[in-house]
Amino acid sequence: MENPKPIKVALIGNPNTGKTSLFNQLTGLTQKVGNYPGVTVDKKQGTCKLLNNKTAIITDLPGTYSINPTSVDESIVLTSLLNTTDKDFPDIIVVVADVENLKRNLFLFSQVKDLEIPIILAINMSDQMERKGISLDVETLQKELQTEVVLISSRKNIGINDVKKAIENCAEVSNTHPLCSINHKIDGDYFEKLKEVSSNHTLYELWLMITQNNFPDSLTEEEKKKLLQFTQDVSRVKRYQHKETIHRYQQINQILKRTYLVDRTKAKDLRGKLDRVFTHKIFGYVIFFGVLLLIFQSIFDWSSAPMDFIDAQFANLSEFVTKQMNDGVLRDLITDGIIPGIGGVVIFIPQIAILFLFVAILEETGYMSRVVFLMDKIMRRYGMSGKSVIPLISGTACAIPAVMATRTISGWKERLITILVTPFTTCSARLPVYAILISLVIPDKKFLGYFSLQGFTLLSLYVLGFAIAIISAFILHKLLKVKSTSFFVAEMPNYKLPSIKNVVFDVLEKTKAFVFGAGKIILAISIVLWFLASNGPDSFDNVEKNITKNVLNENLSSDEIQTKIASAKLENSYIGIMGKSIEPAIKPLGYDWKIGIALISSFAAREVFVGTLATIYSVESDDENNSTIKERMRAEVNPETGEKRFDLAVGMSLLIFYAFAMQCMGTLAIVKRETKSWKWPMAQLIGMGILAYVASFITFTIFS
Amino acid sequence: MNTIATLVKGEIGIISEESLDVIPLKLLEMGCLPGVEVELLQVAPLKDPLYICVNGSHLAIRKEMAEQIKITKN
Repeated sequence: MENPKPIKVALIGNPNTGKTSLFNQLTGLTQKVGNYPGVTVDKKQGTCKLLNNKTAIITDLPGTYSINPTSVDESIVLTSLLNTTDKDFPDIIVVVADVENLKRNLFLFSQVKDLEIPIILAINMSDQMERKGISLDVETLQKELQTEVVLISSRKNIGINDVKKAIENCAEVSNTHPLCSINHKIDGDYFEKLKEVSSNHTLYELWLMITQNNFPDSLTEEEKKKLLQFTQDVSRVKRYQHKETIHRYQQINQILKRTYLVDRTKAKDLRGKLDRVFTHKIFGYVIFFGVLLLIFQSIFDWSSAPMDFIDAQFANLSEFVTKQMNDGVLRDLITDGIIPGIGGVVIFIPQIAILFLFVAILEETGYMSRVVFLMDKIMRRYGMSGKSVIPLISGTACAIPAVMATRTISGWKERLITILVTPFTTCSARLPVYAILISLVIPDKKFLGYFSLQGFTLLSLYVLGFAIAIISAFILHKLLKVKSTSFFVAEMPNYKLPSIKNVVFDVLEKTKAFVFGAGKIILAISIVLWFLASNGPDSFDNVEKNITKNVLNENLSSDEIQTKIASAKLENSYIGIMGKSIEPAIKPLGYDWKIGIALISSFAAREVFVGTLATIYSVESDDENNSTIKERMRAEVNPETGEKRFDLAVGMSLLIFYAFAMQCMGTLAIVKRETKSWKWPMAQLIGMGILAYVASFITFTIFS
Repeated sequence: MNTIATLVKGEIGIISEESLDVIPLKLLEMGCLPGVEVELLQVAPLKDPLYICVNGSHLAIRKEMAEQIKITKN
């Protein structure tokens, strides 16, 4: 404990350089994510024990090709490097570079170096050098760059201690020189004037402030005013940025000429061969759909056992608490509000984790970029981008992380359309609703001798979800007049075997983020719903008295009386009143006020539908043997017709309603955060609501 | 007039100086600079986007962008 003050280290690098894998090696399980993440999107931090007993706090900044940002993620990098007075401002920067792409990686390095913060260059995947025919003169490179260079292989855990040593050295002898002086070669007078604005910032920092319109708090008002004048001449700024880029590359070329050699004859063209297969005009699509089928199949096959297990455990827990605690509001809150609320989140963990597992593997191997390449033109017809494929696939687990995953789409219009249509894809919360309704109304028969009618209906609902997403994207593409300079560039990384450690960390991180991000909302709404169902206006309190009075002369058992009371209570509770008040509106769709309650409570999460109906019918049912929800629902009778409540028409109408309606507060909240306005989530809520209403009405009319 | 879009698969061209103004900064930063070699590696099944290798970077860009970047063929 001799040094209480840890060294703050920031990791910076291009995407696909193994930066996150170095971060995992340095910090292990100490890492924490500040916010809801996508792929390395938010600020991740962890602590690292150095060799001399000091500690370092490592921050993994989002991958970027340049510190001139073009997306939300990339601007995090710039902001954290410009704000010198911030408490998280790094003492040392480690730039992670890929040895195979050293030239482009050094471009980012040269920018960061000019900020004059102590810096280390870690060249990753050095174990591949021999195989790729690369030779590197590290000593000369160190001299030319005036920076300590460390060769590492983060996947194979090579050179990690060297990085730690370099961090220690760097903390002691901080040596900061700009690498490419940007001034005189571009325009001497202009940059001289810029330099005079502030003595507290380096010339390059000032230049970044005006090119990026990013003015940190460390500037005085007057300095800021002067800098703003420089931003007036937009075309000059743009021209000088281009010149700066060329200037940097020229300098890097000079350095690499003396230090870096590639023997092309040794490089094997595995990438080219794999690309020919994966982007083939027929096999490319066949493989992609094969991969999709495999993912969906696995999500269902692998998750059913753990989901049943979780379901049972929460039911047991509720029962256990009921027995242990005394009667009262607190017990009801815990057993009927909090435990089912948490259970409703936890039950999705298996499906979501499996989906994230596949997405992580596809991204790690580099295959996802080929899908983007393959699908871009097709998706563009519908106003989206090749990069929209990932959110649309992720949406089949949960729309919340899917909306977050749209951040990689650079064109605003393409991103917005993707966000707006993603909730149409069949998320796992719809599945329990579909499952119970299908088993109720679709006969368990086979057609064409082999296909199950129920299975076919479920598959059709998935296809319907994608189809309506694509159709609405097309309509939005034609309707939306959003100004957006869409510019598409996707790096095609080399193929790699996935690293188990990276995949596991990625799945853990995203699943955790889902549980704590979406979980909070679902839990909160579950508690609100519980309150609304167990409280009501004045008449609610008199229910018990009235019922007891009315049944005095009837010969009923105490159980039957309790059931009647519970049923009347529900009817008179706030939520019962809400259900009744929307009954006229939903009657054309074939629903009564009880289904109305289920629709309202579905806003917490769609699968609450099943639980709510179970509660409603369980308090009403007077037959002890009617144990399962399905049997209770089947026994429910429509008092007006005397027929079954859940006949084919009502069942189909409900299926369509759940396929189209925006019944998810969590998604609405995340869309608001990502689009920075209530306008778009409201548009989703209303637009999808109208569509659901109309489509269900038509469905009901056709089938009844 | 030759552009990246007129290359055939496997063909190499050199990005001409006059393209500097039309190449977006981000693409320049990724190594797509005037004076460097650009090779067309793959074309997506619907003829768009294009998969190129420029300055050691493997990138996919859309045809509309590729059509604006002039090149000289050797």
